[in-house]
Order: sequence, then structure tokens, then C-alpha cells
Amino acid sequence: MTVVLLAIAGAVVALIVLRQSGPAPAAATDPAPAPSAAPERRITATLYYVSEDGMALVGVQREIPFGETVLEQAQQIVQAQLEPAPQPLVSAIPPGTTLRAMYVTERGEAFVDLSVEARTRHPGGALDELFTVYSIVDALTVNMPAILRVQILVEGSEVDTLAGHVDLRNPLQKNLQWVRSDTLP
Amino acid sequence: MYAIAVLAGLASLEQGGAAPVHAQAPGSSAPYTVLSREGRRPLPARVLGGQEMFALEDLSRLFEFTVKEDTLAGGLTIETRGQSIVLSPGQGLASVGGRLISLPAAPVRDGGRWFVPVDFVPRALAAAAGTRLELRKPSRLVLVGDVRVPRVAGTIDALGALAKVTLDVAPATPHEVTQDGSRLIVRFQADALDATLPAAPPSELVTGVRPGDDAAAIAIELGPRFGSYRASDQPGDRGAARLVIDILAATTAPAPGTSAPVPGPAPPVDPPPLLDLPPAGALRTIVIDAGHGGEEEGARGPQGTLEKEVTLSVARRLKAALESRLGVRVILTRDGDQTVGLDERAALANNNKADLFVSLHANASVRASAAGAEVFYLSLAEYGDQAERVARGESEALPVFGGGTRDIEVILWEMAQARYIEQSAAFARLVEATLRERVPMSPRAIQQAPFRVLVGANMPAVLVEMGFITNPDQERQLASDTFQASIVQALVDGIVQYRDTSVRSSRSAAPVERSGGSEREARRPVPPESGMRG
Repeated sequence: MTVVLLAIAGAVVALIVLRQSGPAPAAATDPAPAPSAAPERRITATLYYVSEDGMALVGVQREIPFGETVLEQAQQIVQAQLEPAPQPLVSAIPPGTTLRAMYVTERGEAFVDLSVEARTRHPGGALDELFTVYSIVDALTVNMPAILRVQILVEGSEVDTLAGHVDLRNPLQKNLQWVRSDTLP
Repeated sequence: MYAIAVLAGLASLEQGGAAPVHAQAPGSSAPYTVLSREGRRPLPARVLGGQEMFALEDLSRLFEFTVKEDTLAGGLTIETRGQSIVLSPGQGLASVGGRLISLPAAPVRDGGRWFVPVDFVPRALAAAAGTRLELRKPSRLVLVGDVRVPRVAGTIDALGALAKVTLDVAPATPHEVTQDGSRLIVRFQADALDATLPAAPPSELVTGVRPGDDAAAIAIELGPRFGSYRASDQPGDRGAARLVIDILAATTAPAPGTSAPVPGPAPPVDPPPLLDLPPAGALRTIVIDAGHGGEEEGARGPQGTLEKEVTLSVARRLKAALESRLGVRVILTRDGDQTVGLDERAALANNNKADLFVSLHANASVRASAAGAEVFYLSLAEYGDQAERVARGESEALPVFGGGTRDIEVILWEMAQARYIEQSAAFARLVEATLRERVPMSPRAIQQAPFRVLVGANMPAVLVEMGFITNPDQERQLASDTFQASIVQALVDGIVQYRDTSVRSSRSAAPVERSGGSEREARRPVPPESGMRG
């Protein structure tokens, strides 16, 4: 009986620990432990913003903080993607959207739990909704080989769509169809 | 014509269990029926926080698992015969043997009981128990293990001295047709039927099509002019089949040996129908989906024009044009400013057996200069192996409780569009070409995307973005009569061309226009000068 209860408590704790944003034991896909990093250590990642003509995403190389684990690095990438875009590009993510929690599974699936602004402040339009979704999906899958598919959640739960078009009920894989490669600054 | 959804053999529901709880209390919804080898059991559902939910204790009784609540950590652990499932209050996620599965809502405690979204059953419980648990929301069914419950959709066409009852059966299921007095009985080799049966038109040949006496049969009630019938089977799309039963009127002179008198003069022969039954591939019903509506305003232009108003206006004009010029039946997913769910839109088209689904939208961009129309059809890549299985109509070897497997044709109806992706691509190309003749096109004029409203449509389906409402010039255009008329004319032209192409191809077996390579490669290159700059 005690053993069963301990096992249950362990499983629940595991689910809760994954959502912590501080240094935490990450998913089992973690690579070999890295040497303890200097606090200023940074990596170069490709982030995605709306092009000047509004018809595509463009990839931009940016310096972002290094993360010790797959989960921490994934969080850093999403945090950076949520920040305002460098001029003259525009972010596809509704203003005020924050990262509530993040989970990465052993199967290479990342769950990105965004705040409600991702829905309520979305301006609508199928193309911009595709850009919102794929700026996050592609930022994670392009920069992190350990992440194969990404599902966006809002306020802790699955949503049908952000603005009435793009199906978010399943994890999405990398899709560079929306990215224009010839306009990299 | 309207259709009524009937679960054949519903009368036997009461056997072997408590009667279903009917929707009375606020927040309750119609119960589901759990169909397994062991029989039928009712499963009450409730709506909590806008989500349809099952009580965990009802599920644990039906599916024999235990639930443990960890009051310290605040989690719920479900132990099935296979793996365990961990749920955490406040999170729409279930951990099944270490794998995370998203749910539309977190578990909710209400009145001392825990409730989980109905999708918990097919997504989490099925994965943990290692068995098939298929949730069919429209027909309120949960199918367990290897039960065979084909879908049957019926139509009746009364054509004077001939009535035609068509039953589309998916997956194809062996059956026999026998006459039993004044009824024809169609009996399927299945455990039950998930049937949508038509209301009978006024006819002296057929007075009704109803569930039969057993759960896997359908009864066709014959009218006073019945003379004879003939039944024929036709292969359908990808694993489905079509059963056509022609019911012929008796000749006016009574057959020798029959005592049925024909009183007075022969009944007047019904006037011949104005139009013959359209050939296979022709269009009878088109569903036009005015995007957004009600609380969902969609995008908004700088002058305040709302996408939901533009889409409704164009949808109404398109309906009028198609009805008067093509003589087809056109159904709008909304004809006012209502909020309509994305599932409901596809379901309306499916329930009316529409031949085409056209969803109308206006686009938006954070860049005011973005302009031009775009045509989308569904992309399957995002749906993984499941979509490919649907597209190929494959069967699946399902484990059976107690060991062994059994081949069951699993059609994932949530992904019905996968079966029509090539027709949708052909339709999208035609619509893109006819739009290009009349309105400015975006540089990305034809594309594939995982759009929620398209995936459940069981017919060729496209989504048309008519222009960018966020572009000041295009906002004016979208609100204008002339531009809306151009869009309508272009869509009518595209639909006519699709009709003519598909009729031709179904008559001569000529392939529908299709370029080589994958769907993604099949996109037409778009000359850059064709894009309008606002």
C-alpha cells in the first residue's frame, strides 16, 4: 500500500517538477550533463518574425541565454521568441503573451503553455495565425534537434485554435513552408 | 429533406443496465452509449465549464480501473490493466506511461466527484488500457474493442414510378436484403449500426426508412404501389460501399394470382421529375461556410469593417447565385450573426451529405500592405500516420480483450477530409484560377494548412481568404458590392468548372486535373506581378 502511494506521489511530482522554470531535472532526452555554465553563457538561435511585406516569416539569428537542459533551452528559445521583434520586423505573437509553463517529453514532444493573451489579443486572420503558431513551432524544432513536435496550450489546456483557423489539437512538426529564406537579413 | 440521426436498435438500450440519465438538470447533456462485445451500457455526460465531461467514477465502473487521489500532491492516478494515467487538477494534460497527452480541459471536481473531458476516453484511457475506445460525438457512441459499428447514411429519391433508396456504408460491410411482408429488411453483419436515416418524401412506394428489429438491420417500409425491388452494390470511396435499392411500382394490371384489387382508375402517374438524378460526380448540395460570427468577430479592418460581416454577406450572395444558376441546394452554416463552432460547421455539411464545402474568410496581417486572395486546402502532414491511414482506408488489427487481434476497418471521422484531399486540391486549383481572373491575388495564392474547419469535412473542401481586411484599400473592396459580386462570380465559375471536370472524369474515368508529384509540389508558381500592392 505504501509502495503504491509513493509511486503515485512520485508520478505526480514528476509532472509538477517539469513545469518549474528554474533549474530542474529535465526530460530524459537530456544530453550528457554539460559542465556548469557561466551565468553569461549564450548561444545563437534562429527566431522567426513577420517579413516587411507581411507575407512570410523570416528567420533571424539572435543571441539567447544558454540552457543547461533541453527543457531549459527550450524555455529560453520560447521566451526570446515572445519578446518584441528587431526592427523592421514585427512579432507574430500577440502582445502581452507570456510563457506559463513548458513540458518536454521523452518522445521529443514539447508542450508550450501560453497565457490567455495568445487568444484574446490575437488580431485574427488565417495567415497571421499560421505565423503565430509556426514562429513558435519552428523556433523550437529548428534550433533543438531533440524537439520533433510542438503543441501550443493556452492557460494549461489544449485549445482548438488561437483565432479560428489553425488546428492545435495535435502537436505540430517543423514546417518551413511559411518561412521565406531569401530575405534573411 | 432533413435527416434524423438514429442509433439502430436504440430500443434495446435499457437492457442490462440502468436507464440513461436524460438531459434535464442544467449542465447535463445527452448520455453516450458504450457498445462492447458485452452489450450496451449508458454513460451519462455533463457540461462543466463549457466542456462535455464524464464522471471518473462512471468510467471506472465501466472500464474497470481504480482511481487514487493524492491529496498531498493534488493528483489523480488511474490504474488500468495496462499503464497508469496521472492527472493534475488545473492542467489539461494527462501523463500516460510517461507520455503527455493534451486534453481540452483540466479535470474538475463537482459535487464531490471528479469529471474529465470526454476526449479523455479515446486519448488517454485507450492508450493506457491498450484497447480501442472510439468516441463518436455526433452519434453519442463509445465503441470498445473490436465491435463493428458501420456508419450508414441513407437518402431516398422518389421519381414517379421508381423510388431509389441509397445507403452509403462505411466501412463496407456484408449485408443481405430480404422482403418481409410490407417491409424490406437490410441486415448487416455488424454488432450495431450508426445510422443517419432520411425522412421519407411523400411517396406511394416507400413510406419510411427506420431502424430494424435487431441492432444491425434497417427496415424500408413499403407503400401501396410497391411492385418489386432490386438491390445492387457499388464500391464506394476508400473502403466504403454504396447499396442502391430500386423500388419499382406495380404495373397497373394486378399480376395474375394476386388478389390485390386496383380500385377505380389507375392512379395518375406522377409527373416526371424536372431534373433526372444527377450523375455520379454531379453537385446536388453545397455548404457555404461564412467564417466566424457572433462572439467570434474574426479580423477587423482599420475602418472597423468586421470579417464576420463580410463573410456572411458574400455567403448569402453566393447561395443565391448558386441556387438560381446551378439549381443546387445550398446550405449556409450560419445565416445570421451567430457563434457557430468549427465542428458544427463541418458536421452540418456531413449530415446534409454536401458535395462541396466552401469556407469564406477575410485575411489579416500585422502589415497594412499585405493584400490579395488566397485559397487553402487541408495539409495532412500535421496529422501524421492517422491521416494517411484514413486516406488509404486501411484496416487495423485491434487487440481483443482476452488475447488475439481482429481486423477492424477504423475510419477516423475526425479526419474525414483525408479521404478527399486530391479532389480538394483539384477544386482549390480551379477556384484559384477563376479568382485570379477577377480579383487581386496574394503571392501565396494557393496553399495547404492544418485548418480546423476543413479536417472534419467528408467532401472536397476549400477555405477562401477573399482579401486582407487589414489593408485599407482591400477593406473598402471587401465591403463593396462590386468586389463581393466579383468574388461570387469567380466562385460560381470555379464550382461550375469543378462540376464539369468531376462529371467528365466520373463518366470517362479520366483523371481529375492533377499535376505530378506531391500535393505540396503541385502548387502553381505565381508570377510576382500578379500580387497587388496596397
